Amino acid sequence: MEVVLAVASGVLYAAGIYLMLRRRLAQLIIGLGLLSNGTNLLIFTAGGLTRARPPVVPDGATTLVEPYADPVPQALVLTAIVIGFGLLAFSLVLAHRVHATVGTDDVDDVGRE
Amino acid sequence: MIGFVVLSPFLVALPAAWLVRRFPHRAAVLAAWPALMALLFGNELRRLVSEGGRLVELPWAPSLGLSLSFNLDGLGLLFATLITGIGALVVLYSSRYLAGHAQAGRFYASLFAFMGAMLGVVLSDNVLTLFVFWELTGFTSYLLIGFEHERPAARAAALQALIVTGGGGLALLAAGVLLVDVSGTATLSAMVAANASIVASPFYGAIASLVLIAAFTKSAQFPFHFWLPNAMEAPTPVSAYLHSATMVKAGVYLIARMTPIVGATPIWTTVVTVAGAATMVVGAYRSVQESDLKRILAYSTLSALGVLTMLLGVGTREAIIAALVYLVAHAGYKGALFLVAGIIDHETGTRDVSTLAGLRRAMPITAVAGGAAALSMAGVPLTLGFVGKDGAYESLLQAEDWFPWLLALMVLASIFLGLAGLVAGVLPFRGDVATERDVHDPGWPLYIPPLVLATCGVFAGIAPWLLNGPLSAAATAIAGVPSNVSLSVWHGITPALGLSVLTLAAVGLVYAVQQAFLTRTWKPRLGTEDLYNGGLSILNAVSRAIAPALHSASLRTYVMVIVGTSIVVGGTALLTDLGLRSAVPRIIIRVHDVFIVFLIIAGAISATVAQSTMTAVLSLGAVGYGVAMIFLSFGAPDLAMTQFSVETLTVLIFVLVFRHFRGFGPLSPRFVRARDALIAVGIGTFIGALVLSVATSETAPRLREYFAEFGPTLGHGRNIVNVILVDFRAFDTFGEITVLATAAIGVRGLMRLAANSRSNREPVRPVASPIFRTATRLLMPLLLLFSVFLLLRGHNEPGGGFVGGLVAAAAFALYGIAFGVQRARQALLVRPLTLLGAGLLIALASGLPAVFRGRPFLTAWWASGPVAVGTPALFDVGVFLVVAGVVLMMIFTLAEES
Repeated sequence: MEVVLAVASGVLYAAGIYLMLRRRLAQLIIGLGLLSNGTNLLIFTAGGLTRARPPVVPDGATTLVEPYADPVPQALVLTAIVIGFGLLAFSLVLAHRVHATVGTDDVDDVGRE
Repeated sequence: MIGFVVLSPFLVALPAAWLVRRFPHRAAVLAAWPALMALLFGNELRRLVSEGGRLVELPWAPSLGLSLSFNLDGLGLLFATLITGIGALVVLYSSRYLAGHAQAGRFYASLFAFMGAMLGVVLSDNVLTLFVFWELTGFTSYLLIGFEHERPAARAAALQALIVTGGGGLALLAAGVLLVDVSGTATLSAMVAANASIVASPFYGAIASLVLIAAFTKSAQFPFHFWLPNAMEAPTPVSAYLHSATMVKAGVYLIARMTPIVGATPIWTTVVTVAGAATMVVGAYRSVQESDLKRILAYSTLSALGVLTMLLGVGTREAIIAALVYLVAHAGYKGALFLVAGIIDHETGTRDVSTLAGLRRAMPITAVAGGAAALSMAGVPLTLGFVGKDGAYESLLQAEDWFPWLLALMVLASIFLGLAGLVAGVLPFRGDVATERDVHDPGWPLYIPPLVLATCGVFAGIAPWLLNGPLSAAATAIAGVPSNVSLSVWHGITPALGLSVLTLAAVGLVYAVQQAFLTRTWKPRLGTEDLYNGGLSILNAVSRAIAPALHSASLRTYVMVIVGTSIVVGGTALLTDLGLRSAVPRIIIRVHDVFIVFLIIAGAISATVAQSTMTAVLSLGAVGYGVAMIFLSFGAPDLAMTQFSVETLTVLIFVLVFRHFRGFGPLSPRFVRARDALIAVGIGTFIGALVLSVATSETAPRLREYFAEFGPTLGHGRNIVNVILVDFRAFDTFGEITVLATAAIGVRGLMRLAANSRSNREPVRPVASPIFRTATRLLMPLLLLFSVFLLLRGHNEPGGGFVGGLVAAAAFALYGIAFGVQRARQALLVRPLTLLGAGLLIALASGLPAVFRGRPFLTAWWASGPVAVGTPALFDVGVFLVVAGVVLMMIFTLAEES
């Protein structure tokens, strides 16, 4: 399974970087979104996969019962998801403002204006 | 208490600026504070003679071994008394000199900050705080030299002084780090005991050179001497204060302070002595070639600093004592002469000695001050200048080896210096009146300070034994052994006296024929300043050549550089180090996982090749949902829930914005796309290999077990992910919600900016379907209830503030789609900004009880009782409100304005 998810992370990175190298603003932002997803998947997979229980203490127990998933990468990824959303929304609006002000969505034309 | 006194000039700086702006003619009262400090330091110095030095320590950052410790020994207190005493006179002088100046407030603020920095330098006992104060003197003097920043010359001089002395400061930092490393202490007073191990260490050469670079740049020693004459662009009170009495002596102070720590080796002695002697000769020679009063004094200051450095280099007990006397004498007469020069400039409008004459009738008091100071500078008996020079001759006569050469050079330099003193302090007052302006003595705040300084010089020359106590204490601090100073006016007929008489005779002779001497002299064509300027322009040229390559302002170039570096560096590490070849997957693949991963890969490819914006957005959404399902499959329901909500809202925001973007087809030619595809495949392969090697490596799950054990006990929660977010790492989360809030306000600001400039707003039209509206009416309360449920259960079951806030926002977004943004805003009752601000405040407030109980910010506090209620729950409410506010602010703004 690690191999499959490694491939998935790699594909997300490849697609994200390819789109970030494009000249269209919209493609750039989509690339950022793919990259963000790829990174979350990377941290999650690299943190150690397990099909075990979520890191929630079961009723009647006083501590987590083995086997359980590692809560640390989950906490990191959770904030990363929300921050990624904020970043994406801001970049999107920024790109939109550039587009509306300069009248083009070609990054190379923006530089020339 | 004394720590507060040392730092008080910084506290006085801003109120002083305010006072001067409010009461422009009351600036003289500001002199009271440094005067009071001078009395206090003087008194400390007097007590020291019987009681010995003492250390004062204020803890600052104890974990870094950093404390504000002050060493009140003889050397530090002698300097501190001079700094505050002359400082008081300079402030008094400036109150008239700059009266009515529009920027006087800025002047006093800089001056007091400088005074504080200077006190910090001479009293710091910690080598790191010494560095901080050292650089502060550089910055504040930059502000003072460039005070008249409208003039390019003043700006250039200020920058030059900053670069030269600031660069020296960096050398001091490096020396300090090495010293701490070698001696094992950051305290200067403790380093004295480690002298032997420092000198024996392999770093000794580096330490000594770095210390000397710092000292030589600050005290303008050859070859760094060029900045000091240029610094005469400063207002004259600043020149008097910084460039005669205080800042330039910081280098001398450093040499004195470091002598018992790194000094007294042959290399130290040689370098210090030679540099000092060179500066002494160069400065003295150049001083008699100038006709501008301030430049004459600047070069003679260089020479005097050279004398001090040379004497410290010689390093015998007699030489050290002579240096101290010379230092005090010089501070007095040079300060006085600068202030007199300022008066002459102020009254006659010129500083050119060749056009000045006969001023003694018009300004007799100033003439007395100038004359007395000049006599001290020339070394006429019954002045302190005589005692200092006599002592210096005596110490060189007693010293061994090649010091007779130094003696000859010093006699020569002293002749020039005496001449310069007479030219600056006597010549403008002699002869017939040369100016037609109505010239007269200025107001008392201008003539009292130089008069006081000059009188002190004469007074101390008549009764030099008054200085025995303070100078003994200072000499003891430098020499490291008790040194008794006994000064007297008359030693009997000695060789030194003979040399003094010879010097005076030569001065008198040359003064009589000086017209011929002043004009026909040789000036060196190429100085070290040209080297400095050349070096600077080479650096600038290199920067200009490199910058466009590094800073191309093209995102694609940056991405390619970053990606390329990652592939090369990371790939090399992966291939050589990690056990990629032996990677063994541990999790068996199941069929449904394959479908999910297929969805992710298909989505990614579809987003890449999409020809329309909507296809790309929906593909991105598919990828997001796929990742959420992976989270769900591998024991992370919290992540899955958050990801599902975020993905939905992301698609919504993309649709709101992307309705304005039209094309999505390729712009680049085919071969560029092929090249980019190659780069993309490279980074994809690297990331895949990285994930695989890390995921299959054996790591010690220490954190995992820590949180498993302490999450329920310390965190009072069963959902460990949530406990980490709102308790163990709450400060981190606090930072993240602040970032989110900033992003939302940024979005709002960007859209508002547009709304103001254009009028064609096209709000999103609501969906007019009755079925959808009815469903929304039913769903919305349920969604809101669910969001609160998620928030409340979050500490013990999957859920929490993040996902709760997202769901709440989604509820209002749904309402907005059905009934329009206006109705949704009304339904929300408060503005999203209010929600966001309230959330941040609640999160902040939840961290404060800990602070009041003396614990770190955001430490959890739980009330005991049947139901566990604690500050983390409150914190999660804050997170909930911030997230809901952020999302709604973005969606409402985007839907309303475009």
